[in-house]
Amino acid sequence: MPGRRKKIRFSKIYTFKCKTAAAKDDHLHIGGPGFSRVVFCNEPASFEATSRNYADNYVKTTKYSPATFVPKSLFEQFRRVANFFFLVTAIVSFTPIAPYSAASSILPLSIVIGATMLKEGVEDYRRKKQDDEVNGRKVNMHQGDGSFKLCIWKELRVGDVVKVQKDEFFPADLLLLSSSYDDAICYVETMNLDGETNLKLKQSPEVTSSLHEDSSYKNFKATIKCEDPNASLYTFVGSMEVEEEKVPLSPQQLLLRDSKLRNTEFVYGAVVFTGHETKVIQNSTAPPSKRSNIERKMDKIIYFLFGVLFLIASVGSIVFGIVTKDDLHGDRMKRWYLRPDKAEIFFDPERAPEAAMYHFLTAILLYTYLIPISLYVSIEVVKVLQCVFINQDIDMYHEETDKPAYARTSNLNEELGQIHTILSDKTGTLTCNSMEFIKCSIAGTAYGRGVTEVERAMAKRLGSPLDGIKDQKKDMENKNTKPRIKGFNFEDERIMNGNWVREPHPLIIQGFLRLLAICHTAIPDKDEDTGNVTYEAESPDEAAFVIAALQLGFEFYQRTQTTVSLIELDPDTHEKVQRDYDILNVLEFNSTRKRMSVILKYEGKFLLLCKGADSVMFERLGKNGREFEEITREHVDEYADAGLRTLILAYRELTEEEYKDFNEKFKAAANAVSEDRDTMINEATELVEKDLVLIGATAVEDKLQQGVPECIDKLAQAGIKIWVLTGDKMETAINIGFACSLLRQGMKQITITLETPEIKQLEKVGEKGPIAQASKKSVMQQISEGKDLIASSKNEAFALIIDGKSLAYALEDDLKKMFLDLAVECSSVICCRSSPKQKALVTRLVKEETKKTTLAIGDGANDVGMLQEADIGIGISGVEGMQAVMSSDIAIAQFKYLERLLLVHGHWCYRRISSMICYFFYKNITFGFTLFCYEAYTTFSGQAAYNDWFLSLYNVFFTSLPVLALGVFDQDVSARFCLKFPLLYQEGVQNVLFSWRRIIGWMFNGVCTAIIIFFLCIRALEPQAFKKDGKTADMDVMGPTLYTCVVWVVNCQMAVSISYFTLIQHIFIWGGICLWYFFLLAYGALSPTISTTAYKVFIEALAPSASYWLITLCVVIAALTPYFSYKSLQMQFFPMYHGMIQWIRHDGQSEDTEYCNLVRQRSIRHTTVGIMARSLARTNPLTGSTHRRR
Amino acid sequence: MASEERSSLSAGVESHRAPVPVHQFKQQNLPACKPVLTPAWVITTYFLIGVLFIPIGFISLRASMGVVEIVDRYDTECVPNSYKSDKVAYVKDMSVSKNCTRYLKVKKRMKAPIYVYYELDNYYQNHRRYVKSRNEQQLLHGLRYNSTSSCRPLELNKGLPIVPCGLVAWSLFNDSYSFSRGAEKLNVNRKNIAWQSDRDHKFGKKVHPFNFQNGTLIGGGKLDSRIPLSDQEDLIVWMRTAALPSFRKLYGRIEEDLDEDDVVIVNLLNNYNTYSFGGKKKIVLSTSSWLGGRNNFLGMTYILVGASSMFIALVFLLLHKLSWARQ
Repeated sequence: MPGRRKKIRFSKIYTFKCKTAAAKDDHLHIGGPGFSRVVFCNEPASFEATSRNYADNYVKTTKYSPATFVPKSLFEQFRRVANFFFLVTAIVSFTPIAPYSAASSILPLSIVIGATMLKEGVEDYRRKKQDDEVNGRKVNMHQGDGSFKLCIWKELRVGDVVKVQKDEFFPADLLLLSSSYDDAICYVETMNLDGETNLKLKQSPEVTSSLHEDSSYKNFKATIKCEDPNASLYTFVGSMEVEEEKVPLSPQQLLLRDSKLRNTEFVYGAVVFTGHETKVIQNSTAPPSKRSNIERKMDKIIYFLFGVLFLIASVGSIVFGIVTKDDLHGDRMKRWYLRPDKAEIFFDPERAPEAAMYHFLTAILLYTYLIPISLYVSIEVVKVLQCVFINQDIDMYHEETDKPAYARTSNLNEELGQIHTILSDKTGTLTCNSMEFIKCSIAGTAYGRGVTEVERAMAKRLGSPLDGIKDQKKDMENKNTKPRIKGFNFEDERIMNGNWVREPHPLIIQGFLRLLAICHTAIPDKDEDTGNVTYEAESPDEAAFVIAALQLGFEFYQRTQTTVSLIELDPDTHEKVQRDYDILNVLEFNSTRKRMSVILKYEGKFLLLCKGADSVMFERLGKNGREFEEITREHVDEYADAGLRTLILAYRELTEEEYKDFNEKFKAAANAVSEDRDTMINEATELVEKDLVLIGATAVEDKLQQGVPECIDKLAQAGIKIWVLTGDKMETAINIGFACSLLRQGMKQITITLETPEIKQLEKVGEKGPIAQASKKSVMQQISEGKDLIASSKNEAFALIIDGKSLAYALEDDLKKMFLDLAVECSSVICCRSSPKQKALVTRLVKEETKKTTLAIGDGANDVGMLQEADIGIGISGVEGMQAVMSSDIAIAQFKYLERLLLVHGHWCYRRISSMICYFFYKNITFGFTLFCYEAYTTFSGQAAYNDWFLSLYNVFFTSLPVLALGVFDQDVSARFCLKFPLLYQEGVQNVLFSWRRIIGWMFNGVCTAIIIFFLCIRALEPQAFKKDGKTADMDVMGPTLYTCVVWVVNCQMAVSISYFTLIQHIFIWGGICLWYFFLLAYGALSPTISTTAYKVFIEALAPSASYWLITLCVVIAALTPYFSYKSLQMQFFPMYHGMIQWIRHDGQSEDTEYCNLVRQRSIRHTTVGIMARSLARTNPLTGSTHRRR
Repeated sequence: MASEERSSLSAGVESHRAPVPVHQFKQQNLPACKPVLTPAWVITTYFLIGVLFIPIGFISLRASMGVVEIVDRYDTECVPNSYKSDKVAYVKDMSVSKNCTRYLKVKKRMKAPIYVYYELDNYYQNHRRYVKSRNEQQLLHGLRYNSTSSCRPLELNKGLPIVPCGLVAWSLFNDSYSFSRGAEKLNVNRKNIAWQSDRDHKFGKKVHPFNFQNGTLIGGGKLDSRIPLSDQEDLIVWMRTAALPSFRKLYGRIEEDLDEDDVVIVNLLNNYNTYSFGGKKKIVLSTSSWLGGRNNFLGMTYILVGASSMFIALVFLLLHKLSWARQ
């Protein structure tokens, strides 16, 4: 089988692709600066080779090595302002300035730092394992004696000769030496590099192309001189010396690491760049470190708290300075018991200003409790746990590919709940990148009963608005009835199973099917054992056609250099016959021609078979070929509206003279090397591709991924804007727009394009300056026209469609603001023909100009820039390419999971994190302010109200677990309701849960609570006896009493503010309080040297005292009443959206479909896109009215 | 008020693999109580708080009111007229007699035990310098322990260590009181006024005062060097630093009932200097209840919180009815 294929010189089929003239100039540089690399093929171990010290092939993505882990990660930790601050305080706490012992301040810091380092370590270990997997892949390497042996990737050195098998990745950048094909070409899939799915053709230099055997490498020697490692994927300059012969090298010969060998049995290659010097690694930029908006805001709050800290510390210091100075007047000591006459500097009345300065430091140390030391680490722990839940969500697990959701970075969870704009790739993300032949129109008759995803979604929406059960059933049935054939979803008994012969125009149908089977560039691969044929096609559409032909009885099973062989049904004899067709020319498809033709000789006739886009085909029909034009046009329009890709099929008979004339011109054009070669070819083809006879049209479904329309519908209802950025043609993009319900009839499309006659005219002249100027002017004009259109009409939905060329101008600095203003006004935006770079630029534009959170989703390497640029990048892990997943923040298997990821997990995470941060500040302010209040009663001397260990364990022990429970488990609304009421998502987008008002509110609550706790405690405890035995409360009693109240209040506040209690919440909240009592008991039982002031304080003093317990109860209720009243009032009279949903659930109205619809339809405005809006727009035009509960 | 929502398990493959609670946990679908602040519930809560708090308030108030307390400020009265303008000079002058007599009238019958307190005011025992200026180890182990730098400036005197060292001990309160009713002397029991744990575990049984109050500047009281620290209860009480600048400390107990209209004669030595910082000195006689001494604050707070809860409950009820009526 390979032997057979080897004979074909495919370079002949490809008329215009293979040969590109290498730019001669570049080769002059070889050996000079920047072009110094010398590779000794097949002798990597020679002295000359080793002396050059090229990098090995080990690729490392880890941050740390075992040796550098500790210092490097410590350094990373202390780069955070807050951590550094705590480090400084820990150091200062060793000096006498400190109000507490050093140990008590170091312990929490080390716990916090330790936990973060542990997390870093685990993450890095995972990366290491991933590295080991990649570096441990195996490849056949030449052993020097003509034999090849399997080696692991990382052992490769520059100069090694390797043999790569079909469907393997290239282990390094290789120079192609030869392949299994005679002419030493090979096909390469570069999806991991640029996301393009079509195969690239590479060809080795002539000199080595004959080395087809392993043994021929025994004595192979060559020296390659080439450029130094660089990041440019599409350039390569070098030369090779083989046996005194020097040949130039170009990118045509370079096989890049991470691309894949396709359609070729094996290739031999010499390693040129290894490891980190390979182009793909050079090209990979360090992933940008992303921080969420909430975290950035949190930093601001921390700075604010630092401000408060400095303020109250300096107030304290000033008072302290004045009081201290007042202690000594000459000989007269005021507070003699302090011995101000013999004071060290910190308390010296004679040096009061200095003492005040030192006191300032003490005060800062004391009030550090305002700043939650464990906040960062708690957030990190919480986020990691949130990720675990995301990863484990069974509703985001794709069974077919065995891929669960996978959150790669854990620090962006809450951003998921704040997405304002989604920028989506199309191919592989919205669509499966598989084309399915679904309908066709032959001789004016429409065939095909297949149902597209869109039609299904629409039908479902119109039929039963709420449940998706029926649809699932239907799917199941579909699956069960017959095995699905990839690329074929056509169902019509009229022409299947050979029934077409009984149709009105059997000859035309025969021509139609024959055209499908012949007019393409696919290569068949017949499995000798089973007889099944598979096809290797350049694009999935082509494959779909050939498969359709096969299924309909025209089996294309063999291609030679000049013939295409079919097994086809003869309409007359009803038998299967084998026919060979001589292919004379292939006129390739490209984006300007928008058509493809094959010229063949059959039964002495010259036939031209042509297929192409309707825009170019209808105008090329001959007078006698327009018989079915009108009805075909109707069909094509119908198909297009359903989001299908259509092609027109036509043929023409040529006379021998016509053909000869054409062939001469075409050959001359193809062999020309001049710049206008393309024009010449075009002119030649124009000669024959005219006067065509229309046969029919095909409709191929660019198959949407499962559930995409529904998902987009939900996201749109949630108020998220969706932009589609695709590299596809405008028509395809618009098709998909319709298919996804991003576009609908009645929506005004604003199209910005440079395919205008004037620009085309200018392009023909070919001067760059005027073209650019005119283009820009045209774009600017189109944008402002669009804006005017929008401004002039109210209550209408607009869609913006812009192509890549115009986008390039629209993204220029002076236009981008204008462009964005227009885009923001439109309900959906589709950018087609956009390059990866443009995708990234658009993403950046949206992110930076709107200041809103953006999410990019994509599957291919061409989306990497976009994924990295966006606030969150989501990679689709369902398909093969890993590049997008590797640079994404979260990977999911299917686009449809985005719905759950955002609406459920995103909303929850956002709510959890923001509530958690607010609560964190609340609890620390409460604690810090009791300290401050107490200070006021000690003339700000810096004496803490609490024992050292009470102080330091507050954050890490008694109050940390409930916060974690809040951050990991809290749910305002269950997943079912999150999905049912997508508008809930707007809470995150508008950031209502983390607005300054709310934050300040919580802080204010903290201050109030602190004041209530402090004054109630001191007034109730002092000065009288607090127990029956007449003992009075001293500092050792006061401290724990205050502390008990703080712990109770803070934990109960948590219980009051959440509305979701599982066993876990109960354990953590009440456990936190119990823990405090246990601690007090245990700590008090230690010897007094350790427990100091807490010695037996609970059993001896507090527990037997009735007033201690009464005070606790009173304080807790008194401190919580204000918040509780506020919350009840709000819930009752001004509920937030989640409150409303809680009401609905509580009132049991969730079963009342009508009422739910009413609440949900609030989210539909005239500008909303999606199925629901689409069906609503059909039935009744919506007014912008809102319905209010109560 | 709480509705229990048990969502049914999604019929996934996982369900038979993992036990149900684990699956529910993983899918964040645990049975949960989801209280909603419905008007009924809010009003009930507030009402219940009111119902609970007001009685507690009255009970506490009663306990507090039942305590009989006699407070007498003597720092100004106990200075002879000649020294009124310079009280500091008076208190520092060793040659002047510090004797002073106060007559306290019992307004209501007081049942034994009657606690005797001294109350100081504007006295910052909670000053950081003061609090730190002691050494727990030395108090427990005496001269055997000699790294007492925390006691500075009262660590050493004439090169010899001071036991007990530090500002707290040095400033020991040294006014003394004796009581009589008419001609009958009232015994003041001065044992068991300190915490048991302090006596047993913080102050050494074999540690005797040494070199104490021998410096040029005498702070407060002196200690009998024959008695071990663990028995010096005055010192132990004093060394439990007070939390606030105004505080009472236990002096002793009178273990006899005092009848209404009894007059208690207090003979006191006004030794302690509170004049330099303008602090008051008071003597307090007080009985105690199950709640402790006399302080209406707690009871009042309870009543206040209870009453406002009731009030809020009413307001809510009203608002609820109003909004309901409007609908």
